[in-house]
This record gives sequence, C-alpha cells and structure tokens, in this order.
Amino acid sequence: MADLSIDFAGIKSPNPFWLASAPPTNSGAQIHKAFEAGWGGAVWKTIGAPVLNVSNRYGAWHYNGHKMLAINNVELISDRPLEVNLREMAEVKRAWPDRAVIASAMVESNPEAWRDIVRRIEDTGADGIELNYGCPHGMSERGMGSAVGQVPEYCEQITRWVMEAASIPVIVKLTPNVTDIVPPARAAVRAGANAVSLINTINSIIGVDLDTLEIVPSIGGKGSHGGYAGPAVKPIALNMLSSVARDPEIREAGVPISGMGGIATWRDAAEFLLLGAGSLQVCTSVMHYGFRIIDDLVEGLSAWMDEKGFATIADVVGRSVHRISDFKDFDLSFRAVARIDPAKCIRCDLCYIACNDTAHQCIDLVDGEGRRVEPRAYGPRANGKEEATANRPLPVVREADCVGCRLCYNVCPIDGCIEMVEVPSGRPSITWAELTAARPEVGTDWEAMKRYREENGIDIH
Amino acid sequence: MIEKERRTGGLGEVLPPLSEHEARVEAYRCLFCYDAPCTHACPTHIDIPGFIKKIATGNLRGSARTIMEANILGATCARVCPVEELCEGACVLNAEGRPIMIGRLQRHATDHLFENGIRLFTAGPPSGRRVAVIGAGPAGLACAAELARLGHAVTLYEKRELPGGLSTYGIIVLREPVEVALAEAEMIAQLGVDIRTGRELGRDLTLDALLGEYDAVFLGIGLGGSPALGIPGEELVLDGLTWIERSKFEPEKMEVGNEVYVVGAGNTAIDAATIARRLGAERVTILYRRSEREMPAYRHEYEFARREGIDFRFLTQPLRVLGENGRVTGIECVRMRLGSPDASGRAAPEPVPGSEFTLPADQVIKAIGQEKPALIAELGLATERGFVKVDEAYRTSIDRVYAGGDCIRARGAASTVMATQDGKLAARAIHEHLGAAAAAAE
Repeated sequence: MADLSIDFAGIKSPNPFWLASAPPTNSGAQIHKAFEAGWGGAVWKTIGAPVLNVSNRYGAWHYNGHKMLAINNVELISDRPLEVNLREMAEVKRAWPDRAVIASAMVESNPEAWRDIVRRIEDTGADGIELNYGCPHGMSERGMGSAVGQVPEYCEQITRWVMEAASIPVIVKLTPNVTDIVPPARAAVRAGANAVSLINTINSIIGVDLDTLEIVPSIGGKGSHGGYAGPAVKPIALNMLSSVARDPEIREAGVPISGMGGIATWRDAAEFLLLGAGSLQVCTSVMHYGFRIIDDLVEGLSAWMDEKGFATIADVVGRSVHRISDFKDFDLSFRAVARIDPAKCIRCDLCYIACNDTAHQCIDLVDGEGRRVEPRAYGPRANGKEEATANRPLPVVREADCVGCRLCYNVCPIDGCIEMVEVPSGRPSITWAELTAARPEVGTDWEAMKRYREENGIDIH
Repeated sequence: MIEKERRTGGLGEVLPPLSEHEARVEAYRCLFCYDAPCTHACPTHIDIPGFIKKIATGNLRGSARTIMEANILGATCARVCPVEELCEGACVLNAEGRPIMIGRLQRHATDHLFENGIRLFTAGPPSGRRVAVIGAGPAGLACAAELARLGHAVTLYEKRELPGGLSTYGIIVLREPVEVALAEAEMIAQLGVDIRTGRELGRDLTLDALLGEYDAVFLGIGLGGSPALGIPGEELVLDGLTWIERSKFEPEKMEVGNEVYVVGAGNTAIDAATIARRLGAERVTILYRRSEREMPAYRHEYEFARREGIDFRFLTQPLRVLGENGRVTGIECVRMRLGSPDASGRAAPEPVPGSEFTLPADQVIKAIGQEKPALIAELGLATERGFVKVDEAYRTSIDRVYAGGDCIRARGAASTVMATQDGKLAARAIHEHLGAAAAAAE
C-alpha cells in the first residue's frame, strides 16, 4: 500500500486531498463532516474583511447533458462573523489533530490588518495560512483578492507583512487572471512565502439566459463576471502549475505548490502530482457530489501508485515536469500515424468526416473487397438494417498521407479503437532549434524550406 | 356472451410519449454518425442524426422539418415503423446492445409540430399542371404532398369516409391513434391538396375521365380484402382488418369471446389477437400452419404478442369452423408437418393424416393477408405476381398513370414507410415528366 501522507511546507496530512477554500469549507460543521468522510485537510473559506453576499451566486456550464463541467460564482469571502469562524476553526483543529486545517485570509491592504488577522488565526491552532490573492470578483473591486495577485509588487509587499507576523507556514494563492503566472509566484517566493497554491478561479461570464436575455446568474436582473472553476478549467490549471513548477527561481527556492483547478477524480489528482503539485485542493466536484467522493480519490490514487510502484506521494510529485518542452526542442523527425482497429470499429464514421472536412483528408471508406467507396453510395430505394449494416464500409487510414494529427483518435467514441502508432520517418532526429542553428534561412525563406524538404523527402500536399 | 371487464392497459398507445427530459437525454446519447446507417436503413432516408441533434439543442421545429422533408408522414412512421428492422436495427450502438430510440424521438419531434399547430410547408408556385391521386393512404398522401410542394394542383380521391388509408383504418390504436393519421391528412389538405372522400375509382370515377381532366394519375390503391379460408363454417369467421377497424371506431360495441382463435401469423394477425386480448378475451390463440421460423410477423411483434399473453399453435391448420345458431362453438384442425420448399421458398406444410382434432372456440378471426384489388384487372394494368407492374419511375403500363404503395409491392414486406417513399419518389417522377412534357410543348 502506497503511503499517501504528505508534509507540505511543514503542514502534515494523512492524504494529499484538501478541500479548497470555498463554500464546502464555510463552517466547522461541514469540515467535521468532510474529515469524517476522510479528507486530509481543509482550507477554510476565506475570512477577513466584512462582506454581504447576494442571491443567485452560482452559474454553471453544462454540455450535452453533463451537468457542471464548470461552475462560476459571484460569492464573496465568508459572510459569517470573524469570531464565529475563528472559534469553529479552533474546535475543528482540536477534534482533528492529524488533519490539516488551513485558514484562508483576505483583509484590506495595510500591515496592521494583516498582522491582526495572522495573530488571530494562529491563536486557533491552525496549521497554516493561505493568502487569498486570487478572488476575481467583488473583493477585487475593493482592492483585495486578484487586485493584489495581478500586481507582483503588491503581492510581494503584502506577503512580507504576513511573513513578519506569522510563525506557521504561509501559502500564497495565485490568480490565473494574468498573462504569466510566474512573476507573481516569484514575488511571493521572494517575500518568503513557504508555498504557493494555484489556480484560483478564472474571470468568466457563464452565459446569457435566452428567454430573459439576462446574464447568468442574474442578481435581480444584473450579472457580472464571476470566478470560473471545475473540470473544464483543469487544462489551464495544469499549464499554470507546470509553468511555476518549471521556473528555475521557484525550483531553487524549493517552495512546494498546492495544485487545484478542476480536480474531480484520482486521475486528475495524479496528473496534478506529476506536474509538480505537492498537495491537492478540490472544490467543484465536491459541490457537485458531496464529500463522499474522497473515497474514490484516495483508493484510486493509492491503487494507481501501487501499480506504478510509487511508495510515497513525494515519489510522484513533479515526475512528468521534465517532459514539458518548448516546441523548438521537439524532434521534427518523430512520426506517428493513426491506425483503426476494424474489430473494434463500430463504423460511426466520425473519424472519416473529421479527417476529411477539417484535418488532412487521409481516411478512406473501404468496402469488403478493399475498394474505396464514397459515402452515401446507395440509391433512394435502399432500405433495411441488413443492407445498411452488412456491407457498410470501414474507415481506413492512408498511412502514407497521415500527418499524425491525432484528431481521429480524439473523436473516436470507442476506447482503444484508434491508436497512434509510431512509424519510422527514415530521417535522422532534428529539432527546430538545431535545424535553424545549422540553416537559419530555412526559418525565414520558403525557397530554402523547399530545398530542405526536397533533400529530406518531406512531402506536404 | 358475457360482457367482460376491460383489461387494464386498454387500447391506448402502448408507448408513452417521451418527456422533454427523456428525449434530450436520449438525444445526447446519439453519436451523430456521419453517413449514418440508420439513415441508410430508413426507406425514406431521413437525416436521423440531424433531427436528433436538433432535439438535443432544443430546436424541435427544425427537428420536425428535417424529418418531414424526407417523410411527410413522419408522425405515423414514428409509431408504426418496424424500427427494429430499419433505423434502430442499423444503429451503431447495437454493438453495445443499446440502440438509440429513434422512433420515439421522431415521435417527440413530430408531436411538437402537431401539438403546437405549426405549419412547416407551403405549396410551391403554381405550375398549371393537375394531377389526380387515387387513394388517400400513405402512398397517395405522400405523393399528393410532394406534388403540391412542387406546385402542381392535386386532387386526392379516397373511397372511404376518412383519409389515411390503413393508418386510419388498419393500424391498432395501441400503435397509432386515429387522430395522428387524420392530423397528417389535414396538414396535407392545408398544402392545397383537394381531398375528396367517398369517391371511388371504378364506381364514381373512370380512369379515362381522369386522364382527360388531369395531366397524370397516381394510383395508391393498396390491396383488397382478406381472401376466404375456403373451409366449411366460413360464414362464422370474422375478418381481421374489419375487427381492427371496429376497435378504432367503436370498441365499446365489440363483442369479444372467451376462447378466441386467430388464423394466420402475420403482423395483422398479431394486431387482431392483441385487440381481442385487450378487450377481455380469456384466451387468444394464433393458429399457423407452418412453424415459428416461417411466421411472417416481425420478431419484435411476436415477442410483443407473447408478452400480451397470446398463445401460438404452430403447424396447425383449421379444417372447419363449427357453430350453432350462428355462433362459433369450436374449430376443427389438423396437425401439419413441413415438407420441401414451395414457390415462396419456405417449407411447404402438409397435413399429418389422422391428426385431426377439435378445439372449443367462441370466436374465429382470419388474418391471412389481403387479396389483390379487383381494380387492377378492371383497369387492364399489366401486373407482376398479381401486383401493379411499374418501372423505375413508377410508371404503369398505361401512359401517364403511375402507381405506388402496397399495390406494387411484388417484392419485400409492405409497410407504411415503403409506401411513403413510393409516393414521394413517384411524385418526383411525375414532376420530371410534367416538366419534360412542358418543355416538349414549347
């Protein structure tokens, strides 16, 4: 059995799964329940400045019958009195000494306010503090949240105030609403942060109601951009996570990263770990299904680690980071082609139309005698299931023309039916960087490119 | 006969309509195949993935348009098509045993149209040409609708009181309520088709007169009545199609026996037996002279009948219907065995000598197919295996006279959807012919 426990910047928990600072961690009662279900930690819903919330807080993005591929919200930080939150935090920590209890905080941008909140949090016995520099709506209008996270100088300054006051580990939560997440991450590290976490929610408008023409969610007829989260943001989160994980300055500082943004299953969790997350935070999928999802998160991750021979979480963290490369370092001679397994193919022809309409026109329909046939090759009197299915042609890849774009692989509804198979290109390995170092003109002159292709037998039609 | 309590379930449509949510969830399951096999298998080649996608997006009107562009009787076909043999039977998801419920989705979209009184189609710009269509069954209605959309003036003559043909008179309400068939006919009338009911070719009209008045004539005359069983006691036997017709228009007046026998094992036999069972018969038994393997009913119909509690006696041929005072008392049968293949290619049944036996019965219904209509001979049309002979363009042996539907079905199973496709294609052939004729005249 793999050991799932973590020590994240000094914060210990029996497994890497923490509830993110959000509605699921709004109260002590909820966190008790979550810990009973097996969650390793919880980041308390942000406490700090006084706020009032509104009705119709969450919008969601549904696709083809799947509910909540993403959620967006205009909910602010905790609207419960500060003392109530702090008292419950202390109670939870006393009851659950082995779990990570982390307070998320956001106050006005002045050193006194931050020093005060840090002291009050430490009095509860909490294991750490997460600085919310990410909230993109409402709080940012008041100069807090992402208004801080978007400006590395503010980020650094406030982190310094906190670090001067804090004796427990401090995590800086970063906003994704920037063109490059690395500068604010570096700013936090320069100011002495013990860890960073990312991503907070993304600025978004989830939609417009086609009956009322109001923005969703509608607050008495008005709407606003809200914070976008859930499975749909995972690829964005993975990219930002790996950008920070790869950054030499942050690597050198040895600061761990708490990853979040669309983690719904243990598979997502494993990917976050592989790209450098040392702890994992989860929100939307819990808001969708409740705390019980922890069961499969833990069991699935553990089974996968056993299968792969990983004994501890530390063995997994960052394992795939080195595989992230720049385009210029890809091997231009690497070649893969799509291959369709006729035994698995159900002849939906989605690969055929995707390839022929929008990719590289290298899938044919081939009949039982190996002849290429056109789609809809039947007359108006055709009918019946026998006729429609018995001789239905099979999509077949013309491998010589396949550029290996992988679109067919992605549209195929049957697992394992289309595989991308590596084939020899017959050319020596070379990267764009190497090529343009040796022959710079290839990158600037189409005639030079033409010559290079002819010399190397690269035919593009 | 004792008045029986009506069985629960009654004569209402067997399948409930899909709720909006059910329809959407089912529509999402559709893979949206390209050059889809369901569309290939559909005799009218409806763009099935296209209409299903529109249900998924909430564009029900567009969905109905996609269906009805290809099949103007889409609401009827959604209910009566043997989908297991056609679209659903060809669905790629049969690979996992769960094909899309195409028929019920089609019903969802077309019902939306009729329930909301939406008119999708209009008559085309007038061509100045006139066409007479004989028979307001599926073939005639589809032909008339297509001709009207192409701008021709169409008069549709129907011998019965109501339009719709077998959809109105011959499909049991469990599959299709009369109102659906009549609503479709009404939609076609709104296209400007002049539907004249109670007018029969050969009685009220002559072909010569029609050819004098119209540029072309389309015959969608269907088939005739049931053939006789040719056994003693024939006068005591009820006709299956009449039995079904009464169940649609006056079920409350029907008397149903306790021990009912239906002779024949086609889809009409199963319908007739289902009606008897649903109206309270204690036991309904289908008698068929061949074995289960040769029965002409669709497999899914047979399974449906078994679920309805209908019994089957295979390799059994009635010899005589016994009666007293005009009432059936029993049916004398003989056991059969299968011999060498006959002209139809199926094993020919032959009686087992000395195996005669008598079953107590109080009602016998025959459903052994339909005869060829007498009109074919009266009009002097060339025939093929007794059916009207037509060429690729649905032309009969008489100039300017076309035909389609069950009356030309010399091969393959007769069905509403095949008749609908005939009517549509014949209309296009007539349209081409009229265009060519106009060009020649100029």
